[in-house]
Amino acid sequence: MFDFAHSASLVAVIAIGTALIRFLPFLLFPEGKKRPAFIDYLCRYLPAAIMGMLVVYCLKNVSLLSPPYGIPELIALAAVVLFHLWKRNSLISIFGGTALYMLLVQVVFS
Amino acid sequence: MRKKTVQKAFRDSLPVMAGYVFLGMGFGILLQDKGYSFWWAVVMSMTIYAGSMQFVAADLLSSGASLITTALMTVMINGRHLFYGLSMLEKYSNVGRAKPYLIFALTDETFSIACQDDAAKGVSRNLYYLLLSLFNQFYWVFGSGLGAFLGHKLTFDSTGIDFSMTALFTVLFLEQWLGSKQRLPAILGVVISVVCLLVFGPSDFVIPAMIGISIALWAVRGVLQKGGAANV
Repeated sequence: MFDFAHSASLVAVIAIGTALIRFLPFLLFPEGKKRPAFIDYLCRYLPAAIMGMLVVYCLKNVSLLSPPYGIPELIALAAVVLFHLWKRNSLISIFGGTALYMLLVQVVFS
Repeated sequence: MRKKTVQKAFRDSLPVMAGYVFLGMGFGILLQDKGYSFWWAVVMSMTIYAGSMQFVAADLLSSGASLITTALMTVMINGRHLFYGLSMLEKYSNVGRAKPYLIFALTDETFSIACQDDAAKGVSRNLYYLLLSLFNQFYWVFGSGLGAFLGHKLTFDSTGIDFSMTALFTVLFLEQWLGSKQRLPAILGVVISVVCLLVFGPSDFVIPAMIGISIALWAVRGVLQKGGAANV
């Protein structure tokens, strides 16, 4: 049953909630005011760590125990890394690796 | 300066384009299937602008979930964005009148590109951040609208295109790895995330991982800060 009011409220809750989460650090530590040492420290070293987390995050649903055992991901990731070490061109590495992955999951491992 | 900035922002947003357009289409199609019109997809992509959350929202909408459940899920799923804001406190200062929009638009992908330290000559930092954010959101909104509009008339099999996100993060991780002498933060990021993934499972590991990473980074501050500003 489509209930417009309920649906709209739901979307609003999500939109406001998400925005609040994103704005919170900037509200807690406004520009111009001195930030605690811990926060400045995180500011500097978190990005590198988050990149590592994001790679794991993208692969979180890959099952090593059931077919295709993460093999397409392994091959495509190896391709991305090798492309990149060879050409150091983000676009080639990303699109090349993605094209290979799509080929693997649509044709080879389907 | 402006032209170079536009070019760099566009070029840097290209890896995101394919992923966002096709994933956006997936969202638009899903929402259509649940009985929500084109405008729901567009408005949600404009106001929420969070991929994984929007997909979950489609289910919440069709199952008539309560507002409390929705609020809790929003925090659980989007909690990691808090750490993105934390990381950008410095870079997003003195960034002009568009700052609220920049903060609003801080998705995984926009964050990962914006936090790179590859300032190019002749590029206006403020305009770059704004354009990068705008381009990325445009792709997402466009994809959502297109998907909702076309529905299942689409015949191109785009299975696997979301791997472009994985590839993007991997390339950025690699660039960072190659460019810095201090690799401990990157290693901690991966190791702690994997451990949390194994302990908490795919849907619940991110927030524990981010908390664990923050604590671990602080714990090793002696090591990281040895050598002073030379080590980044």
